[in-house]
Amino acid sequence: MGPFVPDLISDQLNLVIALAIGFLFGFVLEQAGFSSSRRLVGVFYGYDLTVLRVFFTAAVTAAAGGLLLAAGGLLDLTAIFVNPTWLYPAIAGGVIMGLGFLLGGFCPGTSVCAVAIGKVDAMAFVGGSILGVFGYAELFPRFAAFADSTSLGPAMIYTSLGVSQGVFVLLLAAAAVLAFTVGGIVERKVAPETAPSRLFPVRTHVAAAGVLLAVAALAAILPDRNARLVARVTASGYVPHHTVKSMTPDELAFRILDSDPRMRVVDLRAEATRKARPLPGTIAVPAGEILGREWRKSFSPRLLKKVLVAETEADAKTAAFLLVETGFENVAYLEGGYPAFERTVLSPAAPVGEGRFTPVVERFRDQARTGLAEMVRLERAAGTAAPKKARKVQGGC
Amino acid sequence: MSDRPMNPYLAGFLLGLVLLLTIFVTGRGLGASGATKSLVVASVGAVAPEHAAASPFYSKLVGPGHENPLKAWLVFEVLGVLIGAFVSGLSSDRLKLVTERGPRVSVKRRLLFAAAGGALFGAGAQLARGCTSGAALSGMAVLSVAGFVTMMAIFGSGFLFAWFTRSLWLGAKAGR
Repeated sequence: MGPFVPDLISDQLNLVIALAIGFLFGFVLEQAGFSSSRRLVGVFYGYDLTVLRVFFTAAVTAAAGGLLLAAGGLLDLTAIFVNPTWLYPAIAGGVIMGLGFLLGGFCPGTSVCAVAIGKVDAMAFVGGSILGVFGYAELFPRFAAFADSTSLGPAMIYTSLGVSQGVFVLLLAAAAVLAFTVGGIVERKVAPETAPSRLFPVRTHVAAAGVLLAVAALAAILPDRNARLVARVTASGYVPHHTVKSMTPDELAFRILDSDPRMRVVDLRAEATRKARPLPGTIAVPAGEILGREWRKSFSPRLLKKVLVAETEADAKTAAFLLVETGFENVAYLEGGYPAFERTVLSPAAPVGEGRFTPVVERFRDQARTGLAEMVRLERAAGTAAPKKARKVQGGC
Repeated sequence: MSDRPMNPYLAGFLLGLVLLLTIFVTGRGLGASGATKSLVVASVGAVAPEHAAASPFYSKLVGPGHENPLKAWLVFEVLGVLIGAFVSGLSSDRLKLVTERGPRVSVKRRLLFAAAGGALFGAGAQLARGCTSGAALSGMAVLSVAGFVTMMAIFGSGFLFAWFTRSLWLGAKAGR
């Protein structure tokens, strides 16, 4: 499952990949005609809307493609770099860049392409941009406070608008098609003879619009892999036909006290509950993140029994089925949820039942109560281990 | 290949695929202005290390404990862009040393304005944490707020500025 950096591809190899990707990027930009400043600024005067068409098509393709890869279980969207938002600096910087675009006729990427094919004006642009960065860096202390203001973190546009990713991509594609249509009319009005849209038959415009909308619609209706798996294991017909092992509270207590190296207890309870009623020797995984790639390593040893503990038995069972569905073996869930553990092992008044083992069980539970409490105390004294976080991909300009 | 530009939808689709491939393999997007920043930071770090160490801008990126700023993903990517664009220009017979300019602009004036535009773009990209490639296009692909805000700010303000800069690009009569 992608991305392959940083887990499968080293930082060194990544630089070689950067060179190859840059080659493709530069080749496509140049083929699109982006090494010409007059074509690039044409979008602002209406005589050449190539930039609008290429830019919007690329954005929809990449966004919809990302969702499709995620739906197929090939790409983990939570692991990719999302550029964080500093709202006012982004607007101010964008406006400064807008002015730079109209004065200079390039943006940084296209200027590099134009330099490569010998445009002298692009060389001046690149030289100027080096001075611009230098000037910014030298004056940076004066507006460092502004540059770091209105930080929203890695905010997602669809969350801000209150729609799903799929619906947003579909809206984006619709906006692109609308812009192409209106843009085409404008372009033919402004430049009746030279409009680039005249170079291509009308059917290519229609076909492009159709493909964009179809791909975006597909991305919008396909549920992502995790949602599909959750839907599968929670469907009414699933549980009667599938089994997964369970563990009794007493066995769990015994193995925790024994510090059984062949068992890993996964605590799915909410943080507040976990803190108020702690269970020692567990790893905490937030509910809903059980399929996250950062945990796969801790679950993967086959001989390790993964015991899932949740507030209810049903939640633990669902999580256990999710692990089984994604290829893990030796998975079990705690019978009765955490409350059952508390009721039996942890409360002295719990009836043990009849039979000749009653005194043994009672003695064990007495020991377990003090033993578990002692383990919790030691864990607290050692400081709570920071939850393991996957190394995130770094990116951005 | 012909010297006519590619069909823009096909070019956009291919550009989208390159971006998607980048995200799929490396988990990050494309960029450009970051390489300029690395170049500036590396140069200042080499020429005036004390100055770099004292600056809140450079000290985060260069000096003891930091890798050479030129050993950065975007630096290698931009080197690739140079080669790729050159090969494209070669295959389409577009390699030519020329100053492209509007019909009413002298070469000197064009170069002056290109440099000024570059300077503004370079500075603006620092403030916005990326340019048209790194912030706007790659940001839109991962559906970040920053991507859409930066895109709208660049192009939205561009339409306003276009009126004031029309003598740089248009002939005496409207149209190309």
